[in-house]
Amino acid sequence: MLLQVVNLHAAVDGREILKGIDLTVSAGNVHAIMGPNGSGKSTLAAVLAGKPGYEVTQGSATFAGKNLLDMPPEARAREGLFLSFQHPVEIAGVSNASFMKAALSERRKHQELPQLSPSEFLQLMRQKMALVEMDSAFASRGVNMGFSGGEKKRNEIFQMAMLEPALAILDEPDSGLDIDALRIVANGINALKSKDSAALLITHYQRLLGYVVPDFVHVLYQGKIVKTGGKELALKLEEKGYDWLK
Amino acid sequence: MAPEDIIKDITSSDYKYGFTSDIESEAIPKGLSEEVIRVISAKKSEPEWLLRFRLKAYRRWLGMQMPTWAQLRIPEVDYQDIIYYAAPKPAVVKKSMDEVDPELLATFGKLGIPIEEQKMLAGVAVDAVMDSVSVKTTFSAALAEKGIIFCSFGEAVQKHPELVRKYLASVVPVGDNFFAALNSAVFSDGSFCYIPAGVRCPMELSSYFRINAKGTGQFERTLIVAEEGSYVSYLEGCTAPQRDENQLHAAVVEVVVMKNAEVKYATVQNWYPGDRQGRGGIFNFVTKRGICKGSNAKLSWAQVETGSAITWKYPSTILQGDGSSSEFYSVAVTSNYQQADTGTKMIHIGKNTGSRIVSKGISAGHSQNSYRGMVKMSKNAAGARNFSQCDSLLIGDRCGAHTFPRIEAGSPSAMVEHEATTSKIGEDQLFYCNQRGISTEDAVGLIVNGYAREVLNRLPMEFAVEAQKLLQVSLEGSVG
Repeated sequence: MLLQVVNLHAAVDGREILKGIDLTVSAGNVHAIMGPNGSGKSTLAAVLAGKPGYEVTQGSATFAGKNLLDMPPEARAREGLFLSFQHPVEIAGVSNASFMKAALSERRKHQELPQLSPSEFLQLMRQKMALVEMDSAFASRGVNMGFSGGEKKRNEIFQMAMLEPALAILDEPDSGLDIDALRIVANGINALKSKDSAALLITHYQRLLGYVVPDFVHVLYQGKIVKTGGKELALKLEEKGYDWLK
Repeated sequence: MAPEDIIKDITSSDYKYGFTSDIESEAIPKGLSEEVIRVISAKKSEPEWLLRFRLKAYRRWLGMQMPTWAQLRIPEVDYQDIIYYAAPKPAVVKKSMDEVDPELLATFGKLGIPIEEQKMLAGVAVDAVMDSVSVKTTFSAALAEKGIIFCSFGEAVQKHPELVRKYLASVVPVGDNFFAALNSAVFSDGSFCYIPAGVRCPMELSSYFRINAKGTGQFERTLIVAEEGSYVSYLEGCTAPQRDENQLHAAVVEVVVMKNAEVKYATVQNWYPGDRQGRGGIFNFVTKRGICKGSNAKLSWAQVETGSAITWKYPSTILQGDGSSSEFYSVAVTSNYQQADTGTKMIHIGKNTGSRIVSKGISAGHSQNSYRGMVKMSKNAAGARNFSQCDSLLIGDRCGAHTFPRIEAGSPSAMVEHEATTSKIGEDQLFYCNQRGISTEDAVGLIVNGYAREVLNRLPMEFAVEAQKLLQVSLEGSVG
């Protein structure tokens, strides 16, 4: 299996948010994590990615056979863990292209793959930008600088496509998207599915799951996974809300 | 690592030029007096007029006070506790590289100075100044064919006294300021460059300055004269060993640009900045000024300032000729306990003169970084224009960035624009980079280089690469 989380507890500023998460993700599967606001979905994503300020108080997480919690965030990324940010960050002065070049170079170095030549890199950029219907002019713009909400989300999927992660954690990739952008983002996610990789999809709504069909749906409530089912669970949540699970 | 640790880490870095070379040097005793000045002048076999020039400057200096207007905390400097002349021994003129002390060559090797003749292919002519004397000027012969003079200041005094006498202190008068007066009294060597009318200098001219001996100050003098219609690109680099004491560097640079001539002056200043606790480091008090004397003359300054415990430096231009123009592009990085107060003055006198100022300050650690600038449009400067942009980037929350722009618009038809921004490398940006596999240090390098690109682009290629590395090294261990 790709990711195994056992009894994971985590706190922010001394307040416990995750209260014993158990989750197993195997290659080839898409897991959806749903739940009401404040249930700990984004915290789980942040803890797995190693964001500073989150303190793991108990439990373990193993990724590709390694102790995930021991690794600094950049090592997790090089190992193949990708987080699509709910709020992608702007970096002035650093072009999307040079940002991706640095990121891809680290990933390939770690994978012991040869570095791409500038022309190979540009070709790959163009190909992956086309996947999310991004104008190639975005390559030379500052990372997320002046991008609309939808463009930022597409940029996340583009980066994911460039880095080909083993595990993609997508933190609300659908929030704030109109229906066209949602379709583009969903197509991007689907195009990257493979038998060797997995996705953890964090979302509020069934809407996205109409495009990206999950193999498992988990409901996170007050820091714990309280129910796990197949794709039909998402439909039930859509219909009944979360109250029946409390 | 917690965010504050990472920042602590990045804002404290190590200096890689901190070695001392074991070269015998000949120095005079500490202290400053008329007698010392006479000794320096005699050692350099100077003509009487130059000795008188020095003594006049010394007397002016005695009546002057160290300036206190800068945003700097300057510890008291004991001017009697400094050695004013030290020379790698023996200070005889070398005929070829074979005669140069191998240890000295090794030193320049460590500095990455392309001093060997084969570097001619790189198109760089180098004058290297160690402590007080110029050690080696390469390619002088090749340049001489075109009538270009590029030599040590001392040599210029001997061989071209009429030129030196004509232009020395013509841009920076002896009594201009405290440090300029001190330099005029005790300057030991430096570079002299003369480009005859209509000549385009075929290669970059470069000076490397190095302080090696303990307890010494370095007071070099640079004079560049570009005659009508000529062109030259000049680079200077500076390093010094790591020492617990503070060492004084007070240089004067004068640039004279005649009608239709162009001078590009680039500096990568990397004097020893002191250690992480702020002990030691160079006090860098420099007066740099150029004059665009004739119409359509051009002078551009580009500087990357990463070194020195204290930097006090304002490369300035007097735009006298009608239609003359000047640029000032600067990146100043401070980390640990460094302090920098740097900027420029653009004095518009001629009609339709133009100037452009782009200043990028980067502060990290406990450092303080100030931009101080003056744009003056005198009443005859009809149609003059200036554009200034001053940006500050903060890394961490213990450093400071300050901007002191001053605009004097005496001409009703002059136009002055000023823009300023302040930004901070945020934890969220660093984590975003980390999450893409980029280490915090590389992320800072990426962001800082992106921020400074506009200025780095102004440096000659070879320097730009070096400067880019330098930016990263200077901030190494300073972020996280």
